[in-house]
Parts: sequence; C-alpha cells; structure tokens
Amino acid sequence: MERKTTRAALLGWTVLVVLFLWTPLAIIAVYAFNSSNIQVWPIPGWTLHWFRVAWRDPDVRSSLWLSVNVGLRATGISLLLGTMAAFAIHRFRFFGRESISFLLLLPIALPGIITGMALNSFYVFTGISFSIWTIVIGHATFCIVVVYNNVLARLRRTQTSLVEASMDLGADGWQTFRFVVWPVLSTALVAGGLLAFALSFDEVIVTTFTAGAQTTLPIFILDNLKQGQQLPIVNVVAFAVILLTIVPVAISVRLTRDTGVLRRGAATVTAAESVEITTV
Amino acid sequence: MGARHRLSSAFWRRPWLKAALLLTPPLAAFVLVYLAALVSLFVSSFWSVDAFTGKLIHQWTLQNFHDLLHSNGTYLRIAGRTIGIAAAVTITDAVLAFPLAYFMARLAGRRVRALLFVLVLLPLWSSYLVRIYAWQTILSHNGALNWSLNKIGLPDANLAYTNWAMWIVFSYVWLPFMIIPVFAAVERIPDSFIEASGDLGARGRRTFRSVVLPLALPGVVAGSIFTFSLTLGDFITPLLVGGNSSSFIGNVVEDFIGINGNIPFSAAFATVPVIVMAAYLLIARKLGAFEAL
Repeated sequence: MERKTTRAALLGWTVLVVLFLWTPLAIIAVYAFNSSNIQVWPIPGWTLHWFRVAWRDPDVRSSLWLSVNVGLRATGISLLLGTMAAFAIHRFRFFGRESISFLLLLPIALPGIITGMALNSFYVFTGISFSIWTIVIGHATFCIVVVYNNVLARLRRTQTSLVEASMDLGADGWQTFRFVVWPVLSTALVAGGLLAFALSFDEVIVTTFTAGAQTTLPIFILDNLKQGQQLPIVNVVAFAVILLTIVPVAISVRLTRDTGVLRRGAATVTAAESVEITTV
Repeated sequence: MGARHRLSSAFWRRPWLKAALLLTPPLAAFVLVYLAALVSLFVSSFWSVDAFTGKLIHQWTLQNFHDLLHSNGTYLRIAGRTIGIAAAVTITDAVLAFPLAYFMARLAGRRVRALLFVLVLLPLWSSYLVRIYAWQTILSHNGALNWSLNKIGLPDANLAYTNWAMWIVFSYVWLPFMIIPVFAAVERIPDSFIEASGDLGARGRRTFRSVVLPLALPGVVAGSIFTFSLTLGDFITPLLVGGNSSSFIGNVVEDFIGINGNIPFSAAFATVPVIVMAAYLLIARKLGAFEAL
C-alpha cells in the first residue's frame, strides 16, 4: 500500500527510535568498565577493577541484600494475593467486580509519589515505625497487579471445560487444582513473580517514602548521584541493576509468549480502559 | 470419603463461599492499607502542622491551599512548569512513537515485530533510575553528546541541568508507554479499511489523515494518559538532570515531607496532579477519544 519511500522512511525512523532507546543503556554498560575514575566519553581504557571494589563495598552489599530481601517478600505477597484475586474475578460474577480490577490497577495508574506519600502519612499517623515491612508493603501494592494480570490472562485462555471434565471424572477440588489447574498456571505464576521481583528491585519513588533510614540498592544509587560521590561504583551497580531487571523480564517474556501478555504495557492499556469505565 | 472431599464438595455447592474466601485477603489488605492511606493523605491536606512543636493539628483548615495560591506565585509557577513539561513530553512521545508503532503493526513481518516488541519492552523494564542516570552522563560536559557533536564539527551543547534536559529525559523514559498502546490501536485497523480508502481514490496522505489517524487516536490518548501522569508525579528526573529552577510539584512535596515533616502541605500540593489527571481524563472522554478503545 505504502510507497517505497514511505516504507523506507518508516523503517529508518524505527531504527533511530530503537537506537535512541538502547544507546543510554549501552553507554552505562561501557562506563562500568571505565579505567578512569572520571566520567569522560569515550572512556580512556577498560578494567574490571570497579566490579571488585563494588563487590567488596559493605554499603553495596547491605543495600543489595535489602533489595533482594524486599523483592522476595513483596513477590511472595503479590503471588499469594494476586492469584487469589485473579481466581475470584475469573470464576465469579458479582456486584462491584469491575471496580475491584480498577482498584488493583490504581497503584500503577496513579503517580508513584501519591502512593509513596499516602503510605508515608499512613505510617506516620498510625505510629508504625519504618522497617523492612514498610518497604515490602509499599512494593506489594503495585506488584500485586502484575501477578493478577498474568494469572487472569492465563485463566481466561484456559477452558473451563477442563475443570468440569476433571470434576466429572471424580476428582475433588484439590486434585483438580493439583493436576489440571496448576500445570496450566505455573508458568504464568513464574512469569508474574519474575516481573513483580523486577518491579520491586528497581523501585525508587515509593521506596524513598517508605524506607526511613534504610538503603535499598536504588536508594544507594540515588543518594550517591545526588552528591556526585563514588560514581565508578555507581556505574557498576547500575550495570548490575540493568542486568538483574532485564534477565527476569526476558525469561518471563518467553514464558508468556503465547499469552501475548504485554506486561507493563498490557497493564497500562487495561488501566486506561478501567479508568474509562469509572469515569463513564 | 475423607474430610478433604467433604470440604471440597462444600465449596462446590456454595461458590459464593469460595469467592468470599478468595477475595477477602487481597481486598482487606488493599482497603486497610492502600485505600486507608490514600484517604488519610487526602484528609490531612485540610490539617496543619504546629510551627513550633512540629505536631499535627487535627483541625479543618484551608490554610494549605491558601498558602499554595498566595506565595508570590512560586507554587503556581512550579505547577505550571510541571504541567507544561508533561504536555511537551506527551506530544514528543506521540510523534516519536507513531511511525514506529505503524511500522511494527503494519509493515514488519512476524519475526521483526516480535524482535521490536522485545526491544521496546526491555528498556521499559530496566531500571528507570539507571536510565535517568545514563542521560546525566550523556548530557554532561564531558559526555557522549558533546563528543558526538564535536566529531561532526559542531560546538558543545550545554543541555545539562536545564529544562531541555528534563524534556529529553522524560520523553526517553516514558516512550515505551506510548509505543505499546499506539501499536495495539494501529494493529486493530482492518486492512480492508485502508484498501477501501485507496479504491475510493485517496492517496497515501489522505488515507493516513482520514482513516489511520482517527482510528489510532484512542491508542495515542491511552498512551498520553501514562506519559502525562508519570511526568506530573515525578521528582527524580528534576533532581538529577534539572537545574536550579527546575523544581517539579514532586520535588516540593518530597522536600516538605522529608525536610520539614509537613505532610499536610505536601498533601495539599499533591492534590494538584490528581485534579489535573482527573480533568485530563474527562477532556479525553469529551473528545470521544475513548469510545473505540
């Protein structure tokens, strides 16, 4: 349909935008190997020195540990609550069903600062002191929806006749779950869990309001960037964070390939749709 | 038959019981923590803080909102800057995203499309803080941008710590949020519509303006909700790449909570992005842009 020149122009534009998206990530990766401790482009030489320094740095270690710890707990909570909500929404029709979907989407539809402030004032007003759990709760609020979306998408593609057949053949609820539902669901759960972990691991806005004096890895990066300190270590940590978030996402893309779940993307579109539902 | 069987038939006979059991924990957690927190934030915007003791005064007052409006225009200017840049970012992202989304949806083969999909999604998921930091290094005096400019014989661009820097970085960070819904909308346009337009004598440009654009608009609006809303609520980008007079609403809010411990004033200012977003959604609906979504 399109003329040749139009096609070529569109292709060229696409290539440029993809380069625009990836160049900054590539540059950070290069800086991690910078032999100088001054940030200059191009880097004067290559070294693995800063990886060793970063690995031995006690602040990096403790914040990495806290981030992993928070990520695992938030992922656990979201897997549990997100799956429960997805099952209920999928199986049953009841009053207020649409608004529950919308409610779960709110934390990613509203700017993170609103969620962060709200939780911060909630903790202050109720006298809850900051701990690892205050961070975990903050992260779980927006991780639940990722699991929920993944599980719901998988359930919608699974025929209910499978479950009915299992029941007809004499399986009880538990057996049906174990031998019919679980095999269908497991990859969606793994994918949802990985995405939730990736979301939690690099979250910074909500965390600044719910961490108090604790330092997660992104907070460590932010604090050092604010003061322009320890940039060589920050480069290495930033590079590691990119890898640690991209790898789980890439795995989950593979796991849910046929579901066509667009992850954050799908969540945004669904959120836009549900926002519409409530404003009508 | 064991207890397990009796239990599972009990659930089978009373589906509402199962629904209730499944829904109560997630809903209770959500309502008790998240919604309660949102409500307490909203309510606290009508409270105040004792200037001497720093304690909350639980008395209804409009003082916070009054202060926002009568501050020699400082806060109004900050709100204006936030909203203005959010609008510029939204338009930029729409322009950047549309040709790519169109190429992905209508011209690319299956494998290229899948590849592009991953190439667009992975940056979205990789750390947002790190991506801002990447731009901080690129735009800095000794960074990759000036190096490239010098290579082709152009002088340095001093973009670091300006509103221009914020505009570039925000457009970069939120771009995938625009690409995906626009792609979904363009993909949904049936080929026959475009063929029909050609059969009726429309040239490429006319087909684009009268067929593709109106049908893709819902996707652009869906994307714009996120580019706009995320920019409105941000404070990290202004902090890291903005200049001295680049504060956003988010920065003021963060300062008032972190340094002054004045939650009520922060809460009052935070209502601005929420109200702006509500208005934005209403206008989008008035334009009828949502109906095809």
